[in-house]
Amino acid sequence: MHWIDYFRPATLEACLEAFAEHGASARALAGGTDLLVQMRAGRLANNVVVDVKAVPELNEIRYDPGNGLTLGAAVPCYRIYGDPTVRREYPALIDSVSMIGGTQIQGRASVGGNLCNASPSADAVPPLIALGATCRVASVAGEREIPVEDFCTAPGKNALGEREVLVSLNLPVPSPGSGACYLRFIPRNEMDIAVAGAGVSVRLANGRFDSGRVALAAVAATPLLVPEAGAALSGQPVGRAAIAAAAAAAKASARPISDMRGTAEYRSNLCEVLTRRALETAVERAGGTLG
Amino acid sequence: MQSIHVRTKINGQAAEFLCEPRQSLLEVLRDVLRLTGTKEGCNDGNCGACTVEMDGRIVPACLVLGAEAEGADILTIEGIAEGSALHELQNAFLEGAALQCGVCTPGFIVASKALLDSNPDPTEEEIRFWLANNLCRCTGYDKIVRSVQAAAEKMQQEATS
Repeated sequence: MHWIDYFRPATLEACLEAFAEHGASARALAGGTDLLVQMRAGRLANNVVVDVKAVPELNEIRYDPGNGLTLGAAVPCYRIYGDPTVRREYPALIDSVSMIGGTQIQGRASVGGNLCNASPSADAVPPLIALGATCRVASVAGEREIPVEDFCTAPGKNALGEREVLVSLNLPVPSPGSGACYLRFIPRNEMDIAVAGAGVSVRLANGRFDSGRVALAAVAATPLLVPEAGAALSGQPVGRAAIAAAAAAAKASARPISDMRGTAEYRSNLCEVLTRRALETAVERAGGTLG
Repeated sequence: MQSIHVRTKINGQAAEFLCEPRQSLLEVLRDVLRLTGTKEGCNDGNCGACTVEMDGRIVPACLVLGAEAEGADILTIEGIAEGSALHELQNAFLEGAALQCGVCTPGFIVASKALLDSNPDPTEEEIRFWLANNLCRCTGYDKIVRSVQAAAEKMQQEATS
């Protein structure tokens, strides 16, 4: 690896100043499971690494029954699935952080890093989109909020400006009667990259789907929100017919490529199956029955 | 271009070293501190050969910068045995022939110890999922899994006797 300078700011202010000073030559280090690999491979030209793990705002898990979950961008997977409140309130997030890498990777890798890396196959992103999560982004010039579905802009590219940092993610309070799930397909049992993935959430009321959100992994240049699938659920009786319609909409929206992990046709078919199965689990988690 | 002075704790002992900011904890352990028990396999987080425990959690030392060890508590394979008394996992790996070339073994032992510390009686499935980030190209894994089970059983017997 080429020479770098290493900073470990202890406050958000110092962190933002480091990015203001170094701009495009600086990269944030959380778990390093993507960053250090890419730097070693010579794919990044940065010469400054800002270790953001000592910044309190990037390192917190805080649940507030009024505002939902604030998840610091650098919090590693194992702290998320080790948190009883997150396990209870956001099982779809637990689905994804439990399947990223293996035990050692989960000891380092963060959801914020997974999002910033902007891989189309990122497992943490579809459940965040399904849950309606937003990104808190900050720079010395101020702060802004970005919906997670707008954060990834191309493979490996995100909406952050040169001087901006992803501080945290906000996941809204799950409303009564809601449930969510993330499923992916890999040809092995663990330690693999999604051929396709589906993150879904539903809200049930009086035997009907009040609303639904479906997001897909690895079938477009970025993680993909499928509004048509949500629309296929809204107002329909809770049951297999609405789920089948949403799954068909997911399949129709997928724009996959063929590569070593699977053909485009195979991925499209997976979208239908994964969306259907994830919706079935989400309904169950919401306390509904499919009849 | 300045080296970084890092104060840390390794295998229960205070340690300090100078490293370049770009050096991984793995490079520091092997090349600076000469703790060569931790192995380099893939150097990109896939194989688990460089597994160490850092503040109570197993991590790939190749994906940690040496500078990040500041103030941390690190356990390597060299800290598993107590003097000349091997850990039950080490005994079980020897008796169960759970190694051939041995490059992956330190990572498997450190990872397995962390499992048994938190879950003294894991199922076979729990062992296989926990160790999914550790690759072995010699044994086919069955002997490793059986040795972890044997060590777990022995440690539980000792704990209750």
